[in-house]
Amino acid sequence: MTPPTPSAAAPLEVTDETVTKSTTSDGSKASEGRSPGQLAWKRFKRDKTGVISAYVVIFFFVVAIAAPLIAKLYGKDPYTTYVSERPELFNAFSYPAGPNGGMSGEFWFGIEPQLGRDVFTFLLYGIRNSLGIATAATLLTVILGVVIGVTAGYLGGKTDYLVGRIIDILLSFPSTLFFIAFMPVVYGLFIADDENIPTSLRAVALILVLAFFGWASIARLLRGQVLALREREFVEAAKVTGASPMRIVFKELLPNLWTPILIQGTLMLPAYVTAEAGLAFLGVGMIDPTPDWGVMIGRGAQFYSEDLTFMLFAGLSMVIFVLAFNLLGDSVRDALDPKSKR
Amino acid sequence: MFRFLVRRTLGALVIMLIISAVTFWLFYAIPRDPAMMSCGKNCTKPMLEQVRHNLGIDHPLPVQYWEWLKGIFVGRDYPGFGHCNAPCLGYSFANREPVLGTILDRLPLTLSLAFGSAVVFITGGVGAGMIAAVKQGKWQDKAASSASLVASSMQIYFVGYIAMYFLVGKFDILDNPSYTPITENPGAWFSGLLLPWLVLALIWTANYTRMTRSQLVETLSEDYVRTARAKGLSRRNVFFRFAWRGAMGPIVTIFGIDLATLIGGAIITETVFSLQGVGRLAVDSVDKSDLPMLLGVTVLSAGAIVIINIVVDAIYAAIDPRIRLA
Repeated sequence: MTPPTPSAAAPLEVTDETVTKSTTSDGSKASEGRSPGQLAWKRFKRDKTGVISAYVVIFFFVVAIAAPLIAKLYGKDPYTTYVSERPELFNAFSYPAGPNGGMSGEFWFGIEPQLGRDVFTFLLYGIRNSLGIATAATLLTVILGVVIGVTAGYLGGKTDYLVGRIIDILLSFPSTLFFIAFMPVVYGLFIADDENIPTSLRAVALILVLAFFGWASIARLLRGQVLALREREFVEAAKVTGASPMRIVFKELLPNLWTPILIQGTLMLPAYVTAEAGLAFLGVGMIDPTPDWGVMIGRGAQFYSEDLTFMLFAGLSMVIFVLAFNLLGDSVRDALDPKSKR
Repeated sequence: MFRFLVRRTLGALVIMLIISAVTFWLFYAIPRDPAMMSCGKNCTKPMLEQVRHNLGIDHPLPVQYWEWLKGIFVGRDYPGFGHCNAPCLGYSFANREPVLGTILDRLPLTLSLAFGSAVVFITGGVGAGMIAAVKQGKWQDKAASSASLVASSMQIYFVGYIAMYFLVGKFDILDNPSYTPITENPGAWFSGLLLPWLVLALIWTANYTRMTRSQLVETLSEDYVRTARAKGLSRRNVFFRFAWRGAMGPIVTIFGIDLATLIGGAIITETVFSLQGVGRLAVDSVDKSDLPMLLGVTVLSAGAIVIINIVVDAIYAAIDPRIRLA
């Protein structure tokens, strides 16, 4: 599992893109003024790979949101073991009787070996749960990283030093190991030892643990940016006119930081999707019978040599999603920050 | 150079101390009581006390941590296990063996996995990246770039099984993953680990291809490269004598981090290929609430990260003459 630290190959020097961009392109390009956002959108629309991958990503999110509706129209759910009512669906070894994992007009993606659940709805809900957790973790990480990074950079001095050391330490923790070691601790915070762990608590614990180990890299990046920004004239001007620190942070600094924040966010989400699935695969994240991408791959691993179809649906859909999101992230980066080289 | 090493080593020790202390505290926060678990169902209060005493966990937490630290340097006497020679990382709660011994047992596998795949992905990745950078915009570049994009979106817990299904099961090209010590039978060692190496490398190569390419593209457009060309050096000469030095710095850094991560245990890889390395040891020790073992593995992986970081910075300076160690 790659720890969800955005790759160091990402361009980091984007300090005053938005500022310089608006001045240079306004002069040379158009007579009417365009905002940096509009320019970026125009650049993005020209990028074919970016647009196609955006559609793929949107498709996955729509499927995730509409999962209950689709399942209702399709007439099945991810929990029912359909084989217990109709044993003829399985052969003598508890594997689907039909070819290709039992794919048919009735069971579109086939039937799960051994337990006999419907693969299509299981995958639908799995995508829904995995994307939900990863999105929530990304949002929380970004918020934490922005708040801590901007505060440290803006206040400077002792706060900055302390935050810097905490970041150093967090980044030298072996992260996968700590994901695993931390999960029981978070459960322990909420419930007693012998109780069953409810699914919602597992989700919350995953989000907390991912965010706890993820914020450091964003905070470090933004801290550096703020250090450079706060010496600039417009911040000085705001200070002279008597603006409060809150106003300076939110109205003066933050608008200059959206580009790096957005870029880091797009790097983080696919990393979290795979990290969450990896934890489920290891048995420390979501567990069966909760539908989840990682749970599905873990199940598939138990019988991949007999029935590869089940594994393929879970694994390939994840590869497609991650690939599309990475491509989308690259395009977003190019659009927001045309000078950067990948 | 000497001052650099001293300063970095001291910093590394501080970080290791903090990491071990945090892990220590962390595990204490887990509500599961190791004494309770090793004492069993019909446990009376005095029996529990006795078990605690034997395991060496009957003192307050800071005292326990101090005892543990002391054990590393001077050894330690356990009421339940007897003497443990320095460097002593304690006894496992689960199998009652010395922690260090168990880790050292598992380490050769993990090291073989780490270094073997590192050889594949660093040569493959940097090589492909160099070709892509030199042939910028041509088909070689496009092929390398898109292949690395696809590969970097794959996950070992998917590709690993697919590779096993086809390469081992269906076509029988490679051996089933297994570990034989290299001292015993180098041939079996190699063939048993070949599949894990290739699968790990497939995924990790991509990152290096992308990075090498972008770094080289940047370096090749720098003034000193143009100057060298203007003075009449051949392209090949400029590339192999000057350009790659400027580009390799960040790659060495990332390589250090990746290698350290692998040495700390490629947990998912070891799970997929059923290899009993350090990573599996860590997962099992979390399951069994085996604090000394988990602490040992954590300190080992953190130590690998910190030490390799120092080495990397030293190498960085050796490669790129513009960097000076302060």
